Order: sequence, then structure tokens, then C-alpha cells
Amino acid sequence: MSSTTYNQQDNLSNLEASNSRPRTIIGTLLTVLAFTLLGVALLPLGLVIAYVIIKGANRLNLSLFTELPPAAFQEGGGVANAIVGTLILVGIAAIISIPIGVLAAVYLSEFAPKRVARWIRFATNVLSGVPSIIVGIFAYGVIVLRTDSFSAFAGGFALAILMLPIIVRTTDEALQIVPQEVRWASVGVGASNFHTVLKIVLPAALPAIVTGTSLAIARAAGETAPLIFTALFTQFWPNGLFEPIPSLSVLIYNYATVPYDNQRELAWAASLLLVLLILLASVISRWATRKSVY
Amino acid sequence: MSSSAVNSQTDNKNRSSTEKSLDSSFIWLTRILSFLVAAVLLWIAIRVGLQAIPAIQEFGWSFMTGSSWNPPEQQYAILPMIYGTIVSSLIALLIAFPIGVACAIVLSENFLPQSVRRILVFLVELLAAIPSVVYGLWGIYVLIPFLKPIGSWLHQNLGWFPLFSTQYVGPGMLPAGIILSIMILPIITAISRDSLASLPPELRSGSYAVGSTRWQTIFSILIPAAFSGIVGGTMLALGRALGETMAATLVIGNSNALNFSVLAPANTIASLMANQFSEASGLQRDSLMYAGLILFAITLVVNIIAELIIQKVKKY
Amino acid sequence: MPTQEQQNSRSQTSQKEEMILKAEDVTVYYDDFAALRGVYMDIPRNQVTALIGPSGCGKSTLLRCFNRLNDLIDGCRVEGKVIYRDKNLYSDNIDAVEVRRRIGMVFQKPNPFPKSIYENIAYGARINGYKDNMDDLVEKSLRQAAIWDEVKDKLKQNGLSLSGGQQQRLCIARAVALKPDVVLMDEPCSSLDPVSTSKVEDLIHELKEEYTIVIVTHNMQQASRVADMTAFFNAEEGESGNRFGYLVEYDRTEDIFENPQEESTKSYVGGHFG
Repeated sequence: MSSTTYNQQDNLSNLEASNSRPRTIIGTLLTVLAFTLLGVALLPLGLVIAYVIIKGANRLNLSLFTELPPAAFQEGGGVANAIVGTLILVGIAAIISIPIGVLAAVYLSEFAPKRVARWIRFATNVLSGVPSIIVGIFAYGVIVLRTDSFSAFAGGFALAILMLPIIVRTTDEALQIVPQEVRWASVGVGASNFHTVLKIVLPAALPAIVTGTSLAIARAAGETAPLIFTALFTQFWPNGLFEPIPSLSVLIYNYATVPYDNQRELAWAASLLLVLLILLASVISRWATRKSVY
Repeated sequence: MSSSAVNSQTDNKNRSSTEKSLDSSFIWLTRILSFLVAAVLLWIAIRVGLQAIPAIQEFGWSFMTGSSWNPPEQQYAILPMIYGTIVSSLIALLIAFPIGVACAIVLSENFLPQSVRRILVFLVELLAAIPSVVYGLWGIYVLIPFLKPIGSWLHQNLGWFPLFSTQYVGPGMLPAGIILSIMILPIITAISRDSLASLPPELRSGSYAVGSTRWQTIFSILIPAAFSGIVGGTMLALGRALGETMAATLVIGNSNALNFSVLAPANTIASLMANQFSEASGLQRDSLMYAGLILFAITLVVNIIAELIIQKVKKY
Repeated sequence: MPTQEQQNSRSQTSQKEEMILKAEDVTVYYDDFAALRGVYMDIPRNQVTALIGPSGCGKSTLLRCFNRLNDLIDGCRVEGKVIYRDKNLYSDNIDAVEVRRRIGMVFQKPNPFPKSIYENIAYGARINGYKDNMDDLVEKSLRQAAIWDEVKDKLKQNGLSLSGGQQQRLCIARAVALKPDVVLMDEPCSSLDPVSTSKVEDLIHELKEEYTIVIVTHNMQQASRVADMTAFFNAEEGESGNRFGYLVEYDRTEDIFENPQEESTKSYVGGHFG
């Protein structure tokens, strides 16, 4: 018997755990290391949220939501126009991207031949990796140069392009989870494709679509790079869809590096608003996920 | 009741031709929109390419090899920014890869109860959701001051090494790389975790059954089996880091001179574009478009490779 | 080669049958539900013991107690004792990793590592501190598992490239390469074709010379063909509507099949066997 080649063989005391065994020590060290790294990863999240609250909370008052941003040496003021601007921009983006994205996803999961669907999914995934600044100069070329004006519409268009792949992917995944039997049942009672999709499949997938859409909106609300090529910024109230429009994210960017304390405080307060918006979107998406049927 | 049912049935039969056309036009609508989404990628490529043409004609390849960005002389080249883009992304990967994979391991293996893991996964996702401009703001006022002693120490003790050859002045490659690492870590974690969690459970029990410890199983069996997924996620993260704009712009210092030291201010293609666009016109603006085209091409290649790897993994 | 002393002890114990594993009042909980209750069972050395019974009767659960693989399942808790050579495997100071190095396991679905055939064998040996010639060990283990002739020319190929039956024998080779005391087999033939099944059964007969084997099987014929001892488990509706398993009868295989003491054994064995 070659039992001697396994040094622990027939030495029953080895069965007992020992903390001084090399592999026990190595295992414990690695576990500690892994948890430490997880802590290191989450530390910035805690710090960012903490600083945004500490530095932004003292400006969280009514004038933040009602007043225009102050000029360089002015005191007080708010970011009301930027809040409205962000809502308008995101609204335009949602109106463009949600119907297109959802219907495109319907084609992918319901009607498309496998090969075609694979290519379109691939292109969509690659599209979601295109840097937002590139989408910005694209929207600049397509809209701003044509209309000869920086505008809310151009900004909303850029954000829509960024939201599109997120909506397509989450809707597509949600529709694929709906069991085939549900479609057969609907077709079996004589429903057309149109009815089956609209009345049966889409409602079943609705919670997941809400999740995807709210995540896409959250991402769009925080985007800055494409807006400096399209929507620009103004100190004033939004003034129509074809005029430059302020937004929270560009306000943060502009005020981040100014030497005036008052404006810097507003940048922190605007950051707090964005972070709260994102928390809200995350909570909504979690809640919607829990509602999901399949 | 029964008569109305019969009526509606005959109605249905009468309507069937309109319904048929409604049905087929619905399918066509979805088909067109779906191809449109895919075509956006092509549209972006063509549009950005067209906008870059004047600068391409002016500078050609030397745009990528020269190192002076000089608006008064109308002389533009972006080698320092290409260098800055790549180096800041590599710093980010160097930091985010080990941490991100460690997170993926903790969150996919049974170190913690399911409920605790779910919360931690949510927090990592949240890390990805914070807007980049907020990270940038935080970077200026919190991270850069925090890194000062570390940067000074690196220069004093390792200053002979080209990477640490300048004084720590604050904004620069190092803080940019760190901010980027925070932003790309969730991507690495999410995709690595997916590929670890999708490994068949028999693989784990097989390994434990031959007497592996948990960490032997992780390193010798699970990570090799999930390796291509981890690589795919890392490539995706690299693509994100290369194109990230706002966070980098606010902390990198926007210096257009080529400097090897990571403690010195530098610039990336994206932050060059964000910074100069509003004041640029004419050839300078065209050059920014050319820079954008180059960034687009780099990220496109990285993303396509990443997607191909990830797609392959899904098949297994 | 066994030493003189070992041989003596073996011949002595063969009269009163040395028991290598003993379950003493083993109860297994999933979360709060006791899925397997009150099992007492002695497993004799160098024999094949089969665990049979309807699905949900806890036979696989019990098997996984013998090498503490239940530890991997969230919410699983074991009460009672599993005695392996006078040590209770479930006492606090026992190292589960060491246990699994002595008590090997073959699974229902073949699960070779996604590595070369050679590495599939060498991996376990290496982490167990094997220091002799690795090539010899790989060859010997593959020969023991009756697969050497089929794979000797492609040891560098991925283990997953083999057929299902070959994969399962590779997994058996992987288990015996560690020179375990006991090999646990959890329905090792359930995903194999008849030809591969009979190969694995022949293999079990041969392995018995050196190892103690505990095998879970759905297949009555298989139990009667390979096993010396057979334990019949049954399942019953518990208080919360969940089914729990318990040991009904445990005896020599021929007694279980030809002369069962319990009614339920008789009907199960009769229904499936007659």
C-alpha cells in the first residue's frame, strides 16, 4: 500500500481541526482579505453619500427649489431652474426612448428570427458601451448643427440614445422570461399577435420593464458629458424646447471648480438631489422587481 | 348574451382583414424600430466620422503621434491624451480588478447568508448608479486632499522611479485612476459574480468531495472555470474607463503636456473634449471631433471584444 | 501490502465484522424541518452497503452526512452522531476537509473538473500532499476505475470531452486516487446508459476488495447485484405536510429482498422487484 505517500494517512488525530494548520491559516487570511477588499469597495459609496449629505444638507431648504442660481458674488439662491431643466431633459428622453426601446425589444423576443435577434442584441450591447461623450458629439452633429442652436431637444435626444440600450435589454430579458405557454394560451383563444403582445405578454413583463426604465432614467438624470455638447446651460428658467436649458449635472460641473463658496455649496446640494433621485429610482426598481410575476 | 356573443364573433370575422393588416403593421413597426436601434451604432460612427473629416485632412496620422495641442498656432495632436486615457484606465483596472473579483467571490460563494448578500449586491449596484459628476466633485474636495500624504511619500521615497518623478500637486493621473476604479469596479463585480454563480453546483461539491478547502476550490476550480466571464467583465470595465469623462475631467488636472509621472496633471481624450468644446471653433472644434472619433474607435474595439467573450460564456 | 498486524486484525474482525461508519440517531434538518429522522445504522468495512427507498426518503441526505457535504447546503443542520473509526464526525473539533479526504464521493451526475483528464486525478492528490510519482498514481487510479485503456492516449484532453459513462468512471478514479477508506456513491448510474452501468457495477465489485462502498440507488436490481447489505428507507407525511424520511429496515441484501421483516419493505421490494 502506498499509504505513506499521503502523509496524513492512518493518523486519525489529523481528523481534528487545528487552527495552526497552514491551510486553516491561509484560508482564514484569504477570507479576511476578501472581506477587507469588499469593505474597501463599499467605502467610497459610504464616503460619497456621507459627504454629499454633510456638505449639501444645509442648503436643503425652500429657496433651493424655488430660486435661480446666484451670480458670482451673490448670496443665497437655489437650483430651481436646473431641477426643472433636468426633469424636462429626462422627460424628452423618456418620451423618445421608452416606446422605441420597448417595441424594439418586442420584436427581438417575439418575432425576430434567432440569428437576426442575436445581431441586434449584440449591436445594442455595444451601443450601451459607447462613451456618453461620444453620444454627445453625435447629438451635436445631428441636431445642434442642423438647427443651429444648442437646445433642450438636442440634450433630450442625446439622453434618449443613452437610455435606449438599457430599456431594450431589460425589456427583452423580461419578455423572454414570460413562459411560452402564456402566449400559446392567448393565441389558442384566437388572439392576434398584436393582442397577445399588448394585452398578455407586455403586462406580464411590466414590473421588469419598470425596473429597467427607472434605472435608465436614473442614469440619464446624472449624465453630464453629452449635455455640454447639446443642452449647454443657462442661469435662467428654461425657455422652450429649442433653447439651451440648465440641468443639475451641468450645474454641478460648472460650480465644482469655481472659487465662490456659495456656488460650491449649491453644487453639493445639487449632488445631494441627484443622489436622492438615484436612491429613489433604485428603490422603485427593487419594489417593481418584487412585484414581478415570473 | 348568447346572441351578442354570436354577433361579436361574426363581427370578428368581418374585421379579420383589418385585424390582419393591423397585426402585420404592428410586426413591421417593431421590426423597423429594432433595426433602428442597431443602426444607431452605425449612425454614430458615420456622423462622428464625418465631423472629423476636416481635421483628418489637415493632420492625418500625425494627429496621433504628435504631442502639442496649441490653439494659437492652430497645431493639434493628442499623443499625451491618448497616453493619459490609457494609463488612467490601466491604473483603474489595476486597482479595481483584484477588489472587484474579491467582491464577486464573497457575493457568489456562501460566506454570508443569502439575505445579507442581497443587500451587499444592492450596495455594489448603487456604487455604479452614482453620477460620475458627483464622483468628480467628491474627488476634488475629498479624495485629492486625502491622497496628498500618500503622493508626497511616493515622490520622496520612490522619486527615482519615472512614475513618481514629480511632486504631488493634487489633480493628476493618480486621483483620476482611483476615481475611475471606483466607477468600474461594479461592472467587474457584477459580471464576474454572474459567471461564478452560473457554474454548475456539482463542480463545487466535486471539489469539496476530494478534500479541497473552500479557497482551494475557489482558486483551482471555480475561477479557472469562470475565467472568460471575468475577463469579459474586465474588458467591459476597461471600455467604460476609457470613455469616462466627467469624473476624470474634474480630477486629472487637464494638462496637455506629456508627463510620465502619475503624480503630475495629465489629460484624457474625453476630458480634453469636455474642457475645450465650449470655447472651440473652426479647426480646434474639428480636431476635437477627430479626437472623439479616435476615442470612439478605441472603445468600440474594446467593447466588441468584451461582448464577444461574454456571449461565448453564455453559451456554456 | 498490509502489515502482519493489520492482517491479523482484519481476520479477527471479520468474524464480528468491523464497522467503519456508524450513524447514531442521525436527524437532518433543512431549516426547521426534520427531513430525515432518527437513523441508526452500522456500515461494515470492505463491503458494499446500498441505501434504497422512494424519492424524498432521505437516502442521499444520509449519504451526504457521511462526508459532511451537507455543510455546503444553506440551512442544513445535523443532529446525532456519525462515528467514523471512533470519532464523531459532527463533533466541533472535526475538520470537515480532512473527513472528505478519507471518505470520497461519486455523484449522481458525472462532474469532472473542466481540466485535463490527467489533472482531474492529480488535482485531488496534489492538494492532499501526495509526494510520489504523479504519473504512476494517475495510471493506477485510472486502471482501478477501468478506464485507463480508453484514455491513456489522451490524458491531456479535457475531462468534459469524454462520454457520460467515461466521465463517471473518471470521477470514480478521481475518488480512489485519494486512497480513501470509504467511497460514497450517490446514484452513480442514474444518468448512464445500460452498457456504462454494467461497467460501473463490475467496477464496484472490484473496488470492494480495497474500499468500503456506500451506494444510494433507485434501482432494486442494482442493489441486489452489487450490495452485501441493504437499508430500506421510506418517506411519510410530516406534521406540516412536508415529507420526511426514516430507516425502515437494514439487513443482509438477500434478507431484505427475500425475507423482509417489515410490510412496507415487502411491498416496496415486491412492487419494484417482482
